[in-house]
Amino acid sequence: MMRFVKMTVNGKTMEVGVDEREMLLDTLRDRLGLTSVKRGCEVGECGACTVLLDGTAIDSCLYLTIWCEGAEIITTEGLLARDGTLTPVQQALVDEAAVQCGFCTPGIIMSATEIVGTGKRYTRDEIRKLISGHLCRCTGYQNIVNAVERAVNECADIAERVSAEHAGDDAV
Amino acid sequence: MEQQFWKKVAPMHEVGAAVQRVDAIDKVKGTAKYTDDLCPKPCLVARVVHAQIANGWVRAIDTTEAESLPGVVAVFTFKDVPEHRFPTPGHPWSVEPAHQDVADRRLLDDRVRIYGDDIAVVVAEDNVAADRGVRSVLSHVDYEELPPMTTVAQALAPDAPVLHPEVRETNVLARSDMVTPLEGTGYDSVEEALADPRYHHYEAHTETQQVDQTHIETNVCYAYMESGRITVVSSTQIPHIVRRVCGQALGVPWGTIRVIKPYIGGGFGNKQEVLYEPLCAWLTSQLGGRVVEIELPREEVFQNTRSRHPMSFDVQCAYDDDMNIIARSCSCLSNQGGYASHGHALAANAINAFRWAYKDKVGCHTQASTVYTNIPAPGAMRAYGMPQGQFTVECMMDDIARKEGWDPIDFRLKNLMPEGYSDPFNGITNHANGFPQTLIAGREASGWDDFKARYKDETGPIRHGIGMSAFVYKTGVYPISLETSTARLVLNQDGTCQLSVGATEIGQGADTVFSQMAAETIGVPTSWVHIVSFQDTDVTPFDTGAYASRQTYVTGHAVRKTAEKFRQNILDYAYELKPEARGLTIAGGEIVDEAGEVLLGMEELAQEAFYSFRHSVHIHAEETAQVRDNTFAFGTCFVKVEVDMPLGRVKILDILNVHDSGRIINPATAEGQVHGGMAQGIGAALYEEQLIDPATGRLLNPNLLDYKIPTSMDVPDLKCLFVETDDPSGPYGNKALGEPPLMPPTPAIRNAILDATGCAFFQIPMTQQRLVAKFKEEGLI
Repeated sequence: MMRFVKMTVNGKTMEVGVDEREMLLDTLRDRLGLTSVKRGCEVGECGACTVLLDGTAIDSCLYLTIWCEGAEIITTEGLLARDGTLTPVQQALVDEAAVQCGFCTPGIIMSATEIVGTGKRYTRDEIRKLISGHLCRCTGYQNIVNAVERAVNECADIAERVSAEHAGDDAV
Repeated sequence: MEQQFWKKVAPMHEVGAAVQRVDAIDKVKGTAKYTDDLCPKPCLVARVVHAQIANGWVRAIDTTEAESLPGVVAVFTFKDVPEHRFPTPGHPWSVEPAHQDVADRRLLDDRVRIYGDDIAVVVAEDNVAADRGVRSVLSHVDYEELPPMTTVAQALAPDAPVLHPEVRETNVLARSDMVTPLEGTGYDSVEEALADPRYHHYEAHTETQQVDQTHIETNVCYAYMESGRITVVSSTQIPHIVRRVCGQALGVPWGTIRVIKPYIGGGFGNKQEVLYEPLCAWLTSQLGGRVVEIELPREEVFQNTRSRHPMSFDVQCAYDDDMNIIARSCSCLSNQGGYASHGHALAANAINAFRWAYKDKVGCHTQASTVYTNIPAPGAMRAYGMPQGQFTVECMMDDIARKEGWDPIDFRLKNLMPEGYSDPFNGITNHANGFPQTLIAGREASGWDDFKARYKDETGPIRHGIGMSAFVYKTGVYPISLETSTARLVLNQDGTCQLSVGATEIGQGADTVFSQMAAETIGVPTSWVHIVSFQDTDVTPFDTGAYASRQTYVTGHAVRKTAEKFRQNILDYAYELKPEARGLTIAGGEIVDEAGEVLLGMEELAQEAFYSFRHSVHIHAEETAQVRDNTFAFGTCFVKVEVDMPLGRVKILDILNVHDSGRIINPATAEGQVHGGMAQGIGAALYEEQLIDPATGRLLNPNLLDYKIPTSMDVPDLKCLFVETDDPSGPYGNKALGEPPLMPPTPAIRNAILDATGCAFFQIPMTQQRLVAKFKEEGLI
């Protein structure tokens, strides 16, 4: 049966007609053309289909589209600034040579986006645990961990600077 | 980036720089297109009907019900497809029938040789309808079943059913038996030397497992017809070979097939085989040229595509008191599963890996047999048979060193393949030897001696050890197979150029290093070389593709030769414009004379060449390099482990790979290759294994939950060093790097466990269960 689902995808609110059995992965790829969302296993084991759902990284292969009523979804396509500027996470992956075949990359970017969004700092071991739901066969994770660590620190620096500035405002 | 330890190569401009990957930005933006991303949706989807026995025949199959299901468009069985058989491995074709790959495969077959063999296919409007069709067909199949033969021993039994009587009279696909020349050694046979009582004697039996490549993008292709020809878009390492095999499988002229290769989400050898492209091409030809897609679910990737061959080895070694290896023998059995695939080439590589790393005073006798069984057919996987042989010889080296109280590094250094060594059978030569330095550098960088001293005579439940291993790897496939490659360069109006190669980017960074190579030789910055990443067999120059560790070496020669010609064509035109000039060259993207004076820029020259009323020419070059040479790459791995004895758990504290891959073209992408290989080596050492149920032949763990590959929590920080040499046979002094990093971690971990616990393991993976069982047997826990 077809159902209409109203959701916001990459900042655009839309109503999408979907099969009620349809996974969010298939809706994003086949109906909306958001092919950064990759299909690697369809059972939540590889992490390649990760998207942000109301700010939380989820496996879109395990999530029915009809559950997305009113939800906000962000894919890697939605991260790019209007002028093409990469996010700190994307830039760190480029700078740390963390991209090889690139198939796991968008999923890792979405999880890392969630991680840096906290504004917190994490140890390397914590980062390893936080991204352990993403399987990568090319990199041994070495440069991916380097990149996420770099982005985490850059974003935490910004968060702390902003927070310090606000603290100053409060003092005045 | 790690400090390079030892360098004897002169600097270049573009080659040797850590240039950013040419595809990095598109890949982080999520805009890089892979096969399914390009497939027009909705399209027809095809799902293969897989037999539910491992050995036997389909005696009856009824597709009537399936064909009547809503959404099912067509069902085809083995009765509908062409009768003839075709070969599937991604080897260069041979025009000599004796050297052609074994043709043992039909598109669909009634003879079932593996659990899940392809007996029919359902084409439907969507996956749900296709899956329902598959289930319907499976409930209407009658089999005549034979007991599955999952082991080589079962398949070699005198009464074993012959799986491929059309190509072999027994289940033996191939055998080889080689003895190195014994003239002047005083022995008539290696066995005589092995039995000589003057020497010490070593014997071992090793077993290596079936490993899955586990690329994250599953195998996927789609096909359609246009102008009476079939186009196949595929996630493949070998587009030009896919064209040939589709032509062979369908029995149509090869030129009627067009293959397009977009970005691919990893291959590691599993996409060096033509698996479902021919069926997909045939289906579109039966359905009016409509778009038909075959995207394998992960379970079918495990069950129905390729893997690393399980092998067993029996080895003997005689050595003297002065650490000299006198003689060795090695007998290998390779389990080929239900189809020939890449076949005996893997076992041949395995015994070569055993033989090459060390020299024998007298000689080495190697034998190998590759045997059809009913397990899912193994094929190409990164390092192609060599890890199995290397594991075996590295067990041997450490066991002997330990028994005699020798330092394992000193023992290896004493016996290493020397510079100038030339293989007596195929002539592959050690042109540039950084092998000893990979041991010496690793010893120093790993803190070998300190670690050994610190944990000497350790007892208790937690034990520490350090281990190492060494390897030799051949770069390309010559002289076993043809090595040929073509590149094309065309000039743009702004002085930049396009580079096209038939060699493929599969994640390893090939496009980036080809761009650097072309830029180096032309004399322009790398950013001026635009590489055409996707291959399209209608327009892309010929190359056999990404396999072995051949592309930087073989395709590198084609790029260099083409860039030299392109540069000359540019300079010839520059002389037309500046007839008085002398000693023209291109440097930094400008035409410079012998005095170093800039005479004109590339853009100025290019615009003149395009639009001149006097002489308009589109400057380009296209050259083929047929490479009639090969070379050895070398390396080591050093590992520190902590072993929890009661739990049998191995924690890797520190791991370092050291490589002599000749000149490093791009240190950043080279390190990435090493890291990925190391993680694969760790997985193979400790947990990765395809488990086959001997009663049914069925794969027990065909998913990413039960087949464990390392996650980010399972690997420590990965370290690597490059010992750079300048290989005279390489286009830029370079030699193999793509595959070798995977090899040395596995035996190094084995030897570290030996150092920590005193227990020698001869079977991989060294799972917790196997460790605990062994520790109990030895009374250690």
